Amino acid sequence: MIAEAGLAALWLAAALTIAQLALGVLGLRRAGEGLAEAIIPVSVLQALLVTFSFVCLVTLFMRSDMSVLLVAANSHSAKPMIYKFAGTWGNHEGSMLLWVTILSIAGATIAAFERKLRTDTKVATLAAQAAIALGFYGFLLLSSNPFERIENVIEGAGLNPLLQDPGLAFHPPTLYAGYVGMSAAFSFAVGALVTRDVGPEFARAMRPWILASWIFLTIGIVAGSYWAYYTLGWGGWWFWDPVENASLMPWLATTALLHSVTVLATRDGLRAWTIMLAVLAFSMSMVGTFLVRSGILTSVHSFAVDPERGVFILGLLVFYICGALALFALRIGTVREGSRFDLVSRESALVMNNLLLTVILVVVLCGTLYPLALELANGEKISVGAPYFNAVAGPLAVILMLILAAGPLLRWRTDSTKKLVDRIALALVSGAGAALLLAVFAGDLGILPYLGLVVAAVVGVASVAPLWKRNLRRTPLFTWGMVIAHLGCAVSIVGMASESAFTQENLVAMEIGETQRIHDFEVTLEDVREAPGPNYAALEAVAVVRREGAEPLRMVPQLHQFSDPVMQTNQAAIETYWNGQLYIVVGDRSIGNRFLMRLWWKPWVTLIWIGGLMIALGGLLALLGRVRRDIVSRKPAAPELKGAPA
Amino acid sequence: MMRKPLLWLPMVLGLGLFVLFYLGLENPGQRIINSNVIGRELPEFSTQVAVEGVEPVSSENLRDGNPRLVNVFASWCAPCIQEIPVLLRLRAQGIEIDGIAVHDRPADISRFLAENGNPYRRIGLDNEGRSQLEIGSSGVPETFVIDREGRIVYQHIGIVTEQDIPEILARLGGTG
Repeated sequence: MIAEAGLAALWLAAALTIAQLALGVLGLRRAGEGLAEAIIPVSVLQALLVTFSFVCLVTLFMRSDMSVLLVAANSHSAKPMIYKFAGTWGNHEGSMLLWVTILSIAGATIAAFERKLRTDTKVATLAAQAAIALGFYGFLLLSSNPFERIENVIEGAGLNPLLQDPGLAFHPPTLYAGYVGMSAAFSFAVGALVTRDVGPEFARAMRPWILASWIFLTIGIVAGSYWAYYTLGWGGWWFWDPVENASLMPWLATTALLHSVTVLATRDGLRAWTIMLAVLAFSMSMVGTFLVRSGILTSVHSFAVDPERGVFILGLLVFYICGALALFALRIGTVREGSRFDLVSRESALVMNNLLLTVILVVVLCGTLYPLALELANGEKISVGAPYFNAVAGPLAVILMLILAAGPLLRWRTDSTKKLVDRIALALVSGAGAALLLAVFAGDLGILPYLGLVVAAVVGVASVAPLWKRNLRRTPLFTWGMVIAHLGCAVSIVGMASESAFTQENLVAMEIGETQRIHDFEVTLEDVREAPGPNYAALEAVAVVRREGAEPLRMVPQLHQFSDPVMQTNQAAIETYWNGQLYIVVGDRSIGNRFLMRLWWKPWVTLIWIGGLMIALGGLLALLGRVRRDIVSRKPAAPELKGAPA
Repeated sequence: MMRKPLLWLPMVLGLGLFVLFYLGLENPGQRIINSNVIGRELPEFSTQVAVEGVEPVSSENLRDGNPRLVNVFASWCAPCIQEIPVLLRLRAQGIEIDGIAVHDRPADISRFLAENGNPYRRIGLDNEGRSQLEIGSSGVPETFVIDREGRIVYQHIGIVTEQDIPEILARLGGTG
């Protein structure tokens, strides 16, 4: 019954989406007439129906209803409840349903609460949103029905063990929320192109969506990176795996968009470029999802999807993205050029920031797709790894950070170089100091980590400079947001550079009772034993860690052997200190009764993720600041649309 | 409309990207890893007793002069259940099938065979996956055609379906 109700709701929602699209198109023809207003309740109702459908699917998973094909194929009655719940979106059909659910909720939110936009632009935006949703409803209903029943009930197949992790269970929804936020920005851009209404109001309406999406993407990347760090057991935090790149690319585009939309909102500049970036950011999020889900690039995250479905999704993407780009080519010439600015100005710094982010994006995209192109061209199989990405993206990122230091200290429209030098002098001095100290005391640490630490010193000081001589209580929340996010960049870079330059490693085959040194720790292997888990067998090593002046500490790294499907994963034992992490991994039984152990001391490594969370927090403060200002400024003015449901 | 051809560049680039993806989808490439012991002597391996009173599988008793199939399976593997009826039909045709159960428990194996039927003559339990590695299998189910000298002549990855029977019989027949 639940499955049938869910399916019925999904069909109804799809039908309402057709109505939403039709009302939008017709409403635009007779601008502002009654038809256009009906789009609001239709959008809200559509979102309610699809949410209901999603709740039905969640219920089926929680109850392990094995008569539903999707549940039987992806869940297991013996699985812990939390993974049954998360299993809902740990598969192709469920994740698509989650995607379209979040998309529709975003649409309903725009319909109900957006009041800055011109009515016709809002209607066009909602119609664009409906067009996107419709494609995915079609996909779900015609080729990926999540509610399909089966005849023979079986026990269920299981979830990829790498994905049985509490952090990862909530990783996809976070990224999806980010991607869907981009679809809202994309719809705004299409709507504005349709009505030729590209201006500050449009930018202000779009900005919260970009900010929200960017926060989610940032958190998604930080969480994904930490997950890879503690569960893959390789000690690294970023591997330039195609899937990581697929989440990094939309983030880069969104970061660029976030900054260009500020120029559009504040100074009415960069109109065409902002529209272009909105389309690019959405494209990258879709391309990212497609790359991950279609399995055309090999990665641990790949889902097996049959080619027919892949072609269906690809067709949708071509239609949306190339359609939007064609609309861009046709319409952007008729959008009036925005305001101009001088070479030395905040706009100019933001343009350079945008260009660098875009270049890094292209570098990552090329590196990610090159193996695919090469395999198609001559069948050769290669993988592009960290050496390429670090060598190319690293120096660009260093330059980007220097611009980041200067940008917020520049005035809008025009400024003088001399004044900039005055404002940034202290930051430059701190950078020079760091450069000198590192050269004298740190010795040979490699060019990129060295530059990273120096740049971090500059950015760290420059990023708080906008707060100088300000009344901190009256400083707007979004300025705080900018300062914290920029400071977060510096913090994160210190972590990355330090991890890469100062990490100590000791790879040993240890006997039970043996003691090894790493940094100033003495690690004794006390025992190695079996430790079966709910659905895996595990080998765990008990290591006793002693350090002068501290209580001995037990650390228990594990090696998990899953049987369903057969797979090995590592659970590193990690102990966090104020100045770094001790990271221990146990490997397979090696020679005789010796066990392979990897001991790492990683100074300041936690700063990587702390910095990342600061960036997200900065985004959150900026979002709250903007929304609060909107609410305050809305009160006296009458809203443009009457009768919007609260 | 076409006065600014440069404005169409993003769309052309986007289209190029999608053409690349389409080609990637249409040519999935070699994703299946075939055993590199095909055509060679079987490496030495042995398995434990899986079912009381049934002989386990080892490289030695695969060289006893009979061509046969070796099926790598597990009681926890749903697709393995699906292929049992086909294996039973092969057995009814007089083909000898040995089974290797990987990462499994004797009690579970017995229950599996009682519920789904038993197409196997010998059954070995391989809890560490050693023999699986030795014969070059990377998952379950997989089915190998072994000739009378104990050499692997063919590897079938995934479920054995009705459609696969002619190929398997041909390979088995080719062993003389």
